[in-house]
Amino acid sequence: MNGRVEEAVIVGGGPAGLAAALSAWEKGCRKVLILERDRELGGILNQCIHNGFGLHIFKEELTGPEYAQRYIDMVEAQGIPYLLQTMVTDIELLPDGRKIVTAMNKAQGILEITADSVILAMGCRERPRGALKIPGYRPAGIYSAGTAQYYVNIEGRLPGREIVILGSGDIGLIMARRMTLEGARVKCVAELRPYSGGLKRNIVQCLEDFGIPLYLSTTISEIHGRDRVEGVTLTRVDEQGNFISGSQREVPCDTLLLSCGLIPENELSEKLSVQMNSKTGGPVVNDRLECSVPGVFACGNVLHVHELVDHVSAEAQKAGRFAADFVRERHGSMPAKAGGEV
Amino acid sequence: MKKYDVIIIGAGVSGCAIARELSRGRRRVAVLERASDVCEGTSKANSGIVHAGYDAVPGTLKARLNTLGSRKMESLSRELDFPYRKNGSLVLCFEREGIKALEELADRGKKNGVDDLKILRPDEVWEMEPNISPEIAGALYAPSGGIVCPFGLNIALAENAAVNGVDFYLSHEVTEIAVQKEDRGIKQEKGRKRGEGHYRIYAGKEVFLSPVVINAAGVYADRIHNMVSSRRISIVPRRGEYCLLDKKAGNMVRSTVFQLPSKMGKGVLVTPTVHGNLMIGPNAEDISDKEGVNTTACGLEQVLDQGRASVKGVDPGLLITSFAGLRAHLTGEGREGDFLIDEADDAEGFFDVAGIESPGLTCAPAIGEYVAEMVNKKYPVPAKQDFQPYRRGIPNIAKADQEERKRLIASEPSYANVICRCEMVTEGEIVNAIHRPLGAVTLDGIKRRTRAGMGRCQAGFCSPRVLEILTRELGADPMLIRKAQPGSEILQGRTKDSLAQDFQRKGEPE
Repeated sequence: MNGRVEEAVIVGGGPAGLAAALSAWEKGCRKVLILERDRELGGILNQCIHNGFGLHIFKEELTGPEYAQRYIDMVEAQGIPYLLQTMVTDIELLPDGRKIVTAMNKAQGILEITADSVILAMGCRERPRGALKIPGYRPAGIYSAGTAQYYVNIEGRLPGREIVILGSGDIGLIMARRMTLEGARVKCVAELRPYSGGLKRNIVQCLEDFGIPLYLSTTISEIHGRDRVEGVTLTRVDEQGNFISGSQREVPCDTLLLSCGLIPENELSEKLSVQMNSKTGGPVVNDRLECSVPGVFACGNVLHVHELVDHVSAEAQKAGRFAADFVRERHGSMPAKAGGEV
Repeated sequence: MKKYDVIIIGAGVSGCAIARELSRGRRRVAVLERASDVCEGTSKANSGIVHAGYDAVPGTLKARLNTLGSRKMESLSRELDFPYRKNGSLVLCFEREGIKALEELADRGKKNGVDDLKILRPDEVWEMEPNISPEIAGALYAPSGGIVCPFGLNIALAENAAVNGVDFYLSHEVTEIAVQKEDRGIKQEKGRKRGEGHYRIYAGKEVFLSPVVINAAGVYADRIHNMVSSRRISIVPRRGEYCLLDKKAGNMVRSTVFQLPSKMGKGVLVTPTVHGNLMIGPNAEDISDKEGVNTTACGLEQVLDQGRASVKGVDPGLLITSFAGLRAHLTGEGREGDFLIDEADDAEGFFDVAGIESPGLTCAPAIGEYVAEMVNKKYPVPAKQDFQPYRRGIPNIAKADQEERKRLIASEPSYANVICRCEMVTEGEIVNAIHRPLGAVTLDGIKRRTRAGMGRCQAGFCSPRVLEILTRELGADPMLIRKAQPGSEILQGRTKDSLAQDFQRKGEPE
């Protein structure tokens, strides 16, 4: 496996990586490899068991796992190779413009893969409590919404019974409904901004239909409880975001879910020293979705956080095509013996 | 009833350092700890600094042990394999008049045996540390200042003590100590009685008997002391809050940056950590609650503001977590300002190791030796021939080079299975942390031993996986896996379990 040579290595087997790999394959690349750190392809879609995915791409309403499965099936049908539980630890630029992707997994140990092009499709992560500077103790019972979603939808476990959710982005709203359906009691959703960041349909279907109150211009100013969360203090904020004195009130709960923003996961991109965009948190790309390092492409939530997975797939499809173009141009000017060292 | 030659109360860094030193001799030693893991109190929440030794007032025990501890730390880090780095430290002053105070510090340092201190001009400081505030008037530079992983040090000492025969009783809170006058005799091998009275210690649901008790109970050392001595002591928890920043901010400064100290302590420092993060803190506030490790909004604000006064360009957007720790501050009877490490006047065989506030972590190796010396003098035992001074830590895949990684993965393939992506901690490391002496049983225990969950996503991705590995390796019910202490279980039930109960209830015939 070491010394493997690829035309396109795709870092991440979520919606972005799958669509990018497929499109690179369709455009003629035959040496494509998807590297996925999780146990299955599909990325975060696997835990998004609610519906609403696929309206643009498939013209029908699918659940997350169904949406992912469509792409997984296409990847399998083409026989595009992928490695699971494989973590990319480094990407290096060679003097000849190719890249060395270093990865590791249990079965093969350390892999060093030479690639003409690399497609970054690592997705994003959730903003943790610490970044929100919510003071208090550090008890159990504070989870990012996605972590709670994993426990509930993948493991079938309840991380709490009396829930307060901070942040009314779509994940927060979806989790309010999910926790309710699974038998927990969602006390409220608090949102710092004067409006929700979530889709209107989610506000209606996830909160209003279940009678869960949404408190706008409200944040959590303190977390109570030492070993386990016992409650939170809600505080209203003015237009400048300052606490309104006297507006504090305590809400007892055993769990606080945080849905306060997603951050593109670009630590690997930074190792490659690609230029970053401080606004999006993703790499700077040209109109071919190519980063400042030639032959490195980015798509999906690693580039910027998308509202809909359909948009991720569409963007990734382009990235895969541009990567294939890059490979073709490169080989046109400098033909390489397939599979061998240059 | 369990009989020992020495019982140490508290498995913080002092207690564990003492345990390790005492385990060099042929005696039975036990450590009683109220928490379910070692390193759960002050030792886990502090600056992680190895102070050069210019702060303490010359002639105090603090001054002496600081210099000794600082000198020992490097060799100890090699013996016990914990992260330590000599990164040097700077004390900034912002006004011309402050230079005099720096000179006094340098002078103090010299008296304490720290002789490589230098006063730097602002341009020399900026050359060394370009991000230091443009407002400074000068700085004291201590090349021997260092940083250490506080968990790494504490856990290494504990593991090594355990390997050398010390028994650790975790989740054993001492609730009462009684003096037993008649000597029922813990006998030495030759049959000679040792010590007069014995202490009966009630901890957990067990009773321990020992002629020697060492009180290393941190913020609770007053409570333990006052159980046996009529000369009461009092310890005030002095809270310090910290902000920890992403590794992206880790190279803002290379050295540890202090401001001129005040009466309340050494002030807010900005330092890289041994793991490459940037840490800012602590403030100082005397509180009454010995469990009051909560952070406060104004405290965190204050810490960030003061940090930014020292180092320009600190980006609060890179904050990944914040925490608070409690300094065990001894008050009253002219004791203020120094450690209390001595046999109690009115309780023979009862040794206090109290008021171990900053630079307590630095002093720990020296405290271990100092207390062992006191005990050895009074209760001598022959040295163990088979004392094992070395300990290998958990392999660190993130820090290992490619060859080392290949070697480790060849020996155990799970060292290639990354569980914590932010800190690149593998399944192999987590399994290792569980099965070592005094192995981890909680998520926090895993975190402190391996760093899984300590990175920028703060366990968002890895905590379900770590929970799964703990469950598998311990053969435990996942419902019982905790974050830290009892009551901090992560999971609360199965999905729809309450609905099933409702259904059952409603479905029951009237």
